[in-house]
Amino acid sequence: MSTSETPEPTQQLYAAREPVFPRRVRGNFRALKWWIMALTLGVYYLTPWIRWDRGPNLPDQAVLVDLANRRFFFFWIEIWPHEFYFIAGLLIMAGLGLFLFTSALGRVWCGYACPQTVWTDLFVLTERWIEGDRNARVRLWKAKWDARKWRLRLSKWFVWLMIGLATGGAWIFYFTDAPTLLVDLVTLNAHPVAYTTMGILTFTTFFFGGIAREQICIYACPWPRIQAAMMDEDTVVVAYREWRGEPRGKHRKGPEADKLGDCIDCMACVNVCPVGIDIRDGQQLECITCALCIDACNEIMDKVGKPRGLIDYMALKDEEHERAGGHKRSLMKHIMRPRVLLYTFLWAAIGVGLTVALFVRPDLQITVRPERNPTFVTLSDGSVRNTYEVGVRNKHGESRPFYVSVGVDSPFEVAVEGTDERVVVVPADTENKVRVYVTSAPGSEESLRDRTDIRIWVVDGVTGDRAFHDTVFNGRGQ
Amino acid sequence: MSDKKQEVETTGHVWDEDLKEFNNPLPRWWLWTFYATIIWGIGYTIAYPAWPLVERATGGLLGYSTRLEVAEEINRFEDMNAEVRAELASLDAADIPNNEAAYSYAIQSGRATFATYCSQCHGSGANGIEEGNGYPNLLDDDWLWGGDLASIVTTVTHGIRNEDDPDARYSEMPAFGDDYLEDAEITDVVAYVGSLSGQSFDGDVAAGETVFADNCSSCHMEDGSGDREQGAPNLTDAIWLYGGSQEQIESSVRVGPYGVMPNWNTRLDDAEIKAVAAYVHQLGGGE
Repeated sequence: MSTSETPEPTQQLYAAREPVFPRRVRGNFRALKWWIMALTLGVYYLTPWIRWDRGPNLPDQAVLVDLANRRFFFFWIEIWPHEFYFIAGLLIMAGLGLFLFTSALGRVWCGYACPQTVWTDLFVLTERWIEGDRNARVRLWKAKWDARKWRLRLSKWFVWLMIGLATGGAWIFYFTDAPTLLVDLVTLNAHPVAYTTMGILTFTTFFFGGIAREQICIYACPWPRIQAAMMDEDTVVVAYREWRGEPRGKHRKGPEADKLGDCIDCMACVNVCPVGIDIRDGQQLECITCALCIDACNEIMDKVGKPRGLIDYMALKDEEHERAGGHKRSLMKHIMRPRVLLYTFLWAAIGVGLTVALFVRPDLQITVRPERNPTFVTLSDGSVRNTYEVGVRNKHGESRPFYVSVGVDSPFEVAVEGTDERVVVVPADTENKVRVYVTSAPGSEESLRDRTDIRIWVVDGVTGDRAFHDTVFNGRGQ
Repeated sequence: MSDKKQEVETTGHVWDEDLKEFNNPLPRWWLWTFYATIIWGIGYTIAYPAWPLVERATGGLLGYSTRLEVAEEINRFEDMNAEVRAELASLDAADIPNNEAAYSYAIQSGRATFATYCSQCHGSGANGIEEGNGYPNLLDDDWLWGGDLASIVTTVTHGIRNEDDPDARYSEMPAFGDDYLEDAEITDVVAYVGSLSGQSFDGDVAAGETVFADNCSSCHMEDGSGDREQGAPNLTDAIWLYGGSQEQIESSVRVGPYGVMPNWNTRLDDAEIKAVAAYVHQLGGGE
């Protein structure tokens, strides 16, 4: 290494945050983002309040993560812990879906649907209502802490706190009966965990949406780094048509006006940017592709009578192509490429697999665990008995009897511990494990043999559904 | 796409003529967060057990230890179970299975009690240590002193043939080999006893029957079916506490087995005794 010049003493390795004051903007993408915000927030806040009748013994909340009883309810679907692969499958689909969208449309998740973006948008909206638009906010930021500034700041923080509280509050409703919990919360009877969770989420919402904002995307979130690996020159991103815009310049009537490009350097694209970058500098890791600069620039282009699309959604390939005089290629041409198709295929395959698994999963599920300590017991009349722990899952809303057998014409006697009948009564929505005794007659072939294959059957006493489990019967081995 | 990107400040370091090191400054809040974690770390080692010393680690100002936490947890569960334990202790043995909460608790806690105190002799599977070794298999339907809940509770409470509890179950089989019987008589009576369960050994069964009637039937009954009042085993079934071969039966007749079991009333409380009895009772042999 050679040091050709020494670092300047003023050089800083750490930088203070540059505050960002996004200006209000109108346009197609802004409108789309409002709709997506309304939809996602609506789904988030309202879902716990949807009711779904499942009968007297089961909760009537449509979407409920019942951690205490280890059940997940989603409308007509009920997931038990042993079916957790459905959740795992959905998470894998979410991951692959993100890969798919990123490779096709860039950081579209970041720009439109990420909670950080949606809530920050909401916080900026309230900020604008209370403190005014960009210029007013910049002035207020620079102003002394007088009564007016305090009043505006405090009312803004109060509204943010309320949003945070509602956000944290809505979260906990997913985990227990919402109406009951609301009453408990208000009357201060709810569990401390509920208040703690609410408190933590209120704080994180307030802090992430109100204070940290773009710092989360730039420094805290791992997704921007990972997503870059899925993007290539065909990925559609937000970009600036440099060949059209440059050289930029404000003085449209001066002697040099003819040499200027379409960009009038009005800074509209910079002023609306929620992460505080200049899209004209090219692709940057900070850009979340929210497309607000497109709206802002289009508004200006309309005013100055130039064609729209100086800043636009396009692929990096397009930029070179257009610079050489070609036309922008259609979206489909960019999207239809192997990696996008592969992601689509994988995503759809898992989706189809999960759906099929959901519909073919058996209604009646049993487990059979042969007792190995000891493998068999000799009874006083010389008969040989094996013990099996049989678990029966009753996934229905009422208590049901289930009958245990080892099949017709079997040489074995079957008994359930503690009963004279071969029946297991399982309460609603639970699993019951019982000891089942299978006995072979004194001197019978099965009692003397080393082992005999047997099949334990369980029959639902109401529907007649049957399930079996193959296991072995251990004889004396003589 | 841009041939005049925004100028990025460099640190001034240059390698291989033109390789420059950019200076993209970290956010200052990150630096403060880093300092905050250091301060937090120092505070943590003061508050919690941390620094290893010669004998042991520093204890921490908060007095926290995982052992204390376990002890607290155990106490908490003991408190939670206090009510059901009291209920279990107050129940008549035969009524335990009718009380759902008490019965469920009894089986679960009885399993642990059994593993701790009983498995050394009766085996972790409750099937005795080895067949014919004198430790009864508790899974089968053969009981020396009775297999209903009340009998099991009594056996566990007072034990068998121990000297610590005057209420211990007691009986004694003489060592017939010492003075009582001639060798030939022993061979005959063993042949007879074997015949009761369908086995044929060397010896005169008819003569053995007479020996049996004179010497054994007072405890084992005339038909050899045993007597639970005296803990005398049933000799007609397929289960042999000390083994059912000719040699093993002969050995039993000569020596006179004397199996003992401690009284547990000094070590287990009422609820624990009832719990372990209920657990044993539901293993398959309970009457």
